[in-house]
Amino acid sequence: MEEESDSRKINNSFLRDHNYATEADIISTVEFNSTGELLATGDKGGRVVVFQREQESKNQPHRRGEYNVYSTFQSHEPEFDYLKSLEIEEKINKIRWLPQQNAAYFLLSTNDKTVKLWKISERDKRPEGYNLKDEDGRIRDPSTITSLRVPVLQPMDLMVEAMPRRVFSNAHTYHINSISVNSDYETFMSTDDLRINLWNLEITNRSFNIVDIKPANMEELTEVITAAEFHPHQCNTFVYSSSKGSIRLCDMRASALCDNHSKFFEEPEDPSNRSFFSEIISSISDVKFSHSGRYLMTRDYLTVKVWDLNMESKPLETYQVHDYLRSKLCSLYENDCIFDKFECVWNGSDSVIMTGSYNNFFRMFDRNTKRDVTLEASRENSKPRAILKPRKVCVGGKRRKDEISVDSLDFSKKILHTAWHPYENIIAVAATNNLYIFQDKVN
Amino acid sequence: MFSKGTKRKFSDGGEEISEEGLVGARVASSYSLQRQSLLDMSLIKLQLCHMLVEPNLCRSVLIANTVRQIQEEMTHDGSWHMVTEAFCNAGQSPSERLVATEVLCRSREQDAEPKVFSVISYEGCREEEVVADETLCSVSVRDTVSNVYLAGRMGQCWEKNELSGIERDEEVLEDSRLGSGEDEEINTEDEASTEGPKTIGQVFGTFEIKNGSPGPDSALEELFSDVDTSYYDLDTMLTGMQSAPKMGPYDLLDSLGPSHGSPSIVSTPNCRSDLNELDHIMEIIVGS
Repeated sequence: MEEESDSRKINNSFLRDHNYATEADIISTVEFNSTGELLATGDKGGRVVVFQREQESKNQPHRRGEYNVYSTFQSHEPEFDYLKSLEIEEKINKIRWLPQQNAAYFLLSTNDKTVKLWKISERDKRPEGYNLKDEDGRIRDPSTITSLRVPVLQPMDLMVEAMPRRVFSNAHTYHINSISVNSDYETFMSTDDLRINLWNLEITNRSFNIVDIKPANMEELTEVITAAEFHPHQCNTFVYSSSKGSIRLCDMRASALCDNHSKFFEEPEDPSNRSFFSEIISSISDVKFSHSGRYLMTRDYLTVKVWDLNMESKPLETYQVHDYLRSKLCSLYENDCIFDKFECVWNGSDSVIMTGSYNNFFRMFDRNTKRDVTLEASRENSKPRAILKPRKVCVGGKRRKDEISVDSLDFSKKILHTAWHPYENIIAVAATNNLYIFQDKVN
Repeated sequence: MFSKGTKRKFSDGGEEISEEGLVGARVASSYSLQRQSLLDMSLIKLQLCHMLVEPNLCRSVLIANTVRQIQEEMTHDGSWHMVTEAFCNAGQSPSERLVATEVLCRSREQDAEPKVFSVISYEGCREEEVVADETLCSVSVRDTVSNVYLAGRMGQCWEKNELSGIERDEEVLEDSRLGSGEDEEINTEDEASTEGPKTIGQVFGTFEIKNGSPGPDSALEELFSDVDTSYYDLDTMLTGMQSAPKMGPYDLLDSLGPSHGSPSIVSTPNCRSDLNELDHIMEIIVGS
C-alpha cells in the first residue's frame, strides 16, 4: 500500500507568512465532495479552503490530478453570546458537501453552534452596456440617455464566489460535533453533546429534535453523544455514538423522537484490560457508515472497529491503532491527549480503513489481507513525489534502525482528520496546519 | 509523596491487590498513593473545567466518571474514610470546624435536591460531607485573599442549589449562570443572607449586582495563581511518569482558555456551569 506523495504539500498558510503558523491555521476538518473533484478544509480561524483537482494533461503525466486552491472564504466569525457571557469560537468543526445538482457546489460548515450552507459558484462572464448605469455602476443622469441598447455578456477572468445561502442557528445549547446530510438530499442533522436536531435544508427557523439524552437533572449526566451519521442509502436510519463506547442505531419511522434505539452496538469490556482509564479510552470519537451501508466503523482512543449492522454483540474486526500507548495512559491523561478526537475513514470500496495517530503518523488497515501500515505525513521525512516509507514504532527492548521508540513520539503532532477520495486512491491528511495529499503510485 | 522514578501502574485492579502475597502490603500502599494522585489530578482538571462557562462536556463527563470510579473503589476498601478522617485532623481548630459545620448543615437542609453523590454509605453521612467540605477550604487556602475567595465560592455553591431549586425550567436554569458573578460580594459574614430561599426577584437582583461589581479579573488571577502552584506541586509529585511530552502548568491553563485568550471569555471563576454534579464532587472530595 505504498503511496506516492504526488501533490506537493499544500500549505494552508498561503495567506500569510509561510513559516509563521498560528493557532487559527490549524486544520480542523477535511472532506472530499461526492465526485472527488473538490476537497474542502476548515480551520480553527473559521476559514474554509476549497481545492479543485486539476484536469489531467498528457504532457505532464506526473502532475496527474493535483489539487489547487479553488476558493477561500471566511465561513464563521468569532461571536459573543451576551446572554451567557460566552465567546463562541469560529473554529470549523465539520464540513459536509451536498451532492452536486447543477453547476454550483454547496457545502455545509459548522462551528460549535451554527451551521451554514454555502454556495460556491463560478462566474466567467459579466454583463456590459447597461442603459441606466455606467460601467462603474454609477447611475447615469437620465437626461444623457438618448438611446436604448441591449446589454451583452462579455467574457472575463474566472471568478469563484462563495455565498452563504442559509444559516441554521439557535438550535444547539451544547457544542455541535457532527453534521450529516441525509440521502434524501432534503434534510440534514446536526448533533451536539446531548441532542440531535433534524433540519430541512430550505428552512432555517425550525428544526426537529430527534434525540435528546439530557437528563432532567444534569447531576445525573454520565454519558454524552460524540458523533452521529445518516445511513448512506436509507433516509430513515441514522446512528450515534456515545462516550461510553456504544453505538445506537435509530429508525425515524418508529417515532418522531428517537430516544429509543432500534439497535445497540456494544462490546463487553475485557476484564484483563480494566483500569481507571477504561471508560475514557472506550469513548467513541468518530462513527462512519461504509459506502455500502452494511458496516459501521468506530474509532476509540486505541482502536478502530468495524461492525456489521446485523451483529450488535461485538465488532466484526478490531484493529489496534497504537496499542503501545496502553502503558502510557496516565501520562496521556495528565497532558489531556487521552481526550483527542481521532476520526476514521473508509476507502471507496470499503476494503481499507484509515485513521490517525501521533507523531504525524497515520495508519491504514487492509480488511482483506489484514495487512496494516503506519505512514508519516511530514515535510522533513517525505519529499514531494517521493514514495512514503512505512514507519515502525518499537516497544521496549532494542530499537532497530528506522524504528522510533515510543518515548520519542511527538504527541503535539497529531493527525486527527483525514479524508479518502470517494473512489480513487487519493487521500488527504491534515497534520496541524499542513494538508498533505497522497495518491497511489503512478505507473 | 512520590520520589522520582517511582513505578506507577494504574492498570492494576483493586481486587488483584488483595490477592498479592508478601509484597502485597507495599504494592497496595503504592497503588493507593497512585490512585490518590490520579484523584488529585482529576479533581484539578475538573476544577479547571469548571471555571469555563462552557467546558468541553465530553471531557468533563469522562473525568467526573473517573473520579466517581476512584471514589467508589476507595469507599469499597475503606480508604475514603481514612482520607476524610485525615483531613478532619489537619490543622483545624475544632471550634472553627463546628461553626462551619453548622452553617453547611443548615444550607443543606434547605435545598431539597436529591443527593446524587453520596460519599459513603455510613451513618451520619452529612457530618462527614461537612468535614470534607471544610477540608476544601482549609487545605486549598493558600493566603488570605484566596481564603476570601473560596469562602465566597462556597456561599455561591449553596446559591446554585437554591437557584436550581427554583428554576425547574431548563432554559432558565441554563441562563441562571448569569447570576453567578454575585459571589464577589458574598463572604463568610454574608452567608446568613444567602441562606434564605430566594425569590425570582432576588435572582434577578443578582444580575444587577453582577454588573455593578468590581471586575472579576483580579479574583480570577488570584484563582489561577492558586491553581498554578497546586498543579505544579502535583506535577513535580508525579515526575515518575514524565516520559511523554507534557504541558507546563501555564500551557495547561492556556489550552484550557479559549483560543483568543481574552480574560473576559474565561468568565468569573465561579461561573455557573450546567454540571451541578461537578460542584458536588468538588464540594465533597476536594482537599486531598
